[in-house]
Amino acid sequence: MKKSLEQLGQYYYLMKVVFTKPDKWKIFRKQFFTDIEKLVLNSIPIIAVISIFIGAVIVIQTAYNIENPLIPKMYVGYMARESLVLEFCSTMVALILAGKVGSNISSEIGSMRISEQIDAMEMMGINSANYLILPKIAAATIFNPLLMLMSFMLGLLGGAMIISFTGIITLSQYSEGLQYAFRFYYIVYSMIKMSVFSFIITSISSYYGYYASGGSLGVGRSSTKAIVTSSVAILLANLIITQLMLN
Amino acid sequence: MIQVKLLNKFFGEKQVLNDISFKYKPGECSLIIGASGSGKTVLLKSIVGLHEPDSGEIWYDKIQFNTLSFNEKKDIRKEIGMLFQGSALFDFATVEENVRFPMDFFTEWSEEEKIDRVNFCLKRVNLKNVNSLFPNELSGGMQKRVGIARAIALNPKYLFCDEPNSGLDPQTSILIDQLISEITKEYNMTTIINTHDMNSVMEIGDSVGFIHLGKLIWQGDKENILTSDCEELNDFVFASRMAKKVKEMMG
Ligand SMILES: Nc1ncnc2c1ncn2[C@@H]1O[C@H](COP(=O)(O)OP(=O)(O)OP(=O)(O)O)[C@@H](O)[C@H]1O
Ligand SMILES: [Mg+2]
Repeated sequence: MKKSLEQLGQYYYLMKVVFTKPDKWKIFRKQFFTDIEKLVLNSIPIIAVISIFIGAVIVIQTAYNIENPLIPKMYVGYMARESLVLEFCSTMVALILAGKVGSNISSEIGSMRISEQIDAMEMMGINSANYLILPKIAAATIFNPLLMLMSFMLGLLGGAMIISFTGIITLSQYSEGLQYAFRFYYIVYSMIKMSVFSFIITSISSYYGYYASGGSLGVGRSSTKAIVTSSVAILLANLIITQLMLN
Repeated sequence: MIQVKLLNKFFGEKQVLNDISFKYKPGECSLIIGASGSGKTVLLKSIVGLHEPDSGEIWYDKIQFNTLSFNEKKDIRKEIGMLFQGSALFDFATVEENVRFPMDFFTEWSEEEKIDRVNFCLKRVNLKNVNSLFPNELSGGMQKRVGIARAIALNPKYLFCDEPNSGLDPQTSILIDQLISEITKEYNMTTIINTHDMNSVMEIGDSVGFIHLGKLIWQGDKENILTSDCEELNDFVFASRMAKKVKEMMG
């Protein structure tokens, strides 16, 4: 308990150092674009594949669960859309990213810590936390909501693909359901969630990397902790944001 | 000039530095020798502010360093070059980018001026045609040289080297030692070098301090180190059986 409070304090202190004006904007911009590529663009393939499959599975499951002839078939499209936008495309995708991006960040920063590269920067008078961490947080927080949108589109597409394969319902029933009681607010809600989750993932895994110690074993430990802690934090934040925004 | 007064450093209960005091002059290589774990690296890192000392004073010429804030320290750090024990090259960057890293942050030089300076520094450490290689494509000795090139990139007044020749063969070691010594004299830098290599001591030790269990228990130079009557120092200097024999024969 005492230890986790200490860690919270240390995390807060690190964030204060991270959120200062970069030494040089030109250098920040370069890092920012590198990190967009590393953290956002490189996550596209895995998110795309997973979204298509999950979209398809959701459609099959809902179709088989609505056996009752009184419920119109178009509800399959409606339900698929709602589950994708409300939970899957933000929370589930964020949990996947916590594994992929989180371990990447914490092991990269952690190995710089144990090989004294961070010391070398500090020693030159460079604010290493700001230089290494701020571009990562900025890139993911700003651009990951677009990943959420992409995941949503591809999930719906996956649903459409399985329908045309199997013919469980007709495509026009599906598309009618997709448009039924559509609320744009849900998309905003989901994008905001994604942005918050991305902040959680990047900042927490940077924190664990930045304070890694104990050789390469230590780096491994810190990346495990980064994934576990950011996943739990995502679930908590999900609860809070949902309570605030959908009430 | 670098002066340290009564420096103490603890890690938890454990005292790693115990009342260290010294004063080192520009244009000289000042060596700190001592066994593994005696506190050399911690001492060096405390002097440049990577460790916070628990008590004591650190002076760079007329400025007391240890009481400054991070931003005030920056001005002095631009005048410091440091070679780390493991080189600490940035592995995300090429050799050229490593050497120009401090220039990108702290100068307004043009692209051309930076490249010129990079090539000058690399040439100074006898490296050619390595600009676009990454650190993991270099041998240990080459990495040390790139580390030195990066350390002298901004023409520092103070140079710190943590075991510049650990893990190198004797000949390469001597080359690196001579290189550091030459640069020191050429630019009148105040240079502090950690080592446990007696060859370095005899080669370039203008001033030598022996650190034992966190205490600086002997200070002198390469001339009088062999004739000292400090017992711990003799154990360190004449550690090998061959060295002991030579000492006995000498008298
Ligand atoms: N961050 C740290 N936390 C706790 N103890 C430390 C830390 N860094 C160093 N020590 C301890 O301080 C002592 C001195 O270590 P230091 O690295 O200065 O030795 P050294 O003289 O440089 O040895 P070597 O020649 O092997 O590099 C060691 O006993 C080490 O365990
Ligand atoms: Mg050491």
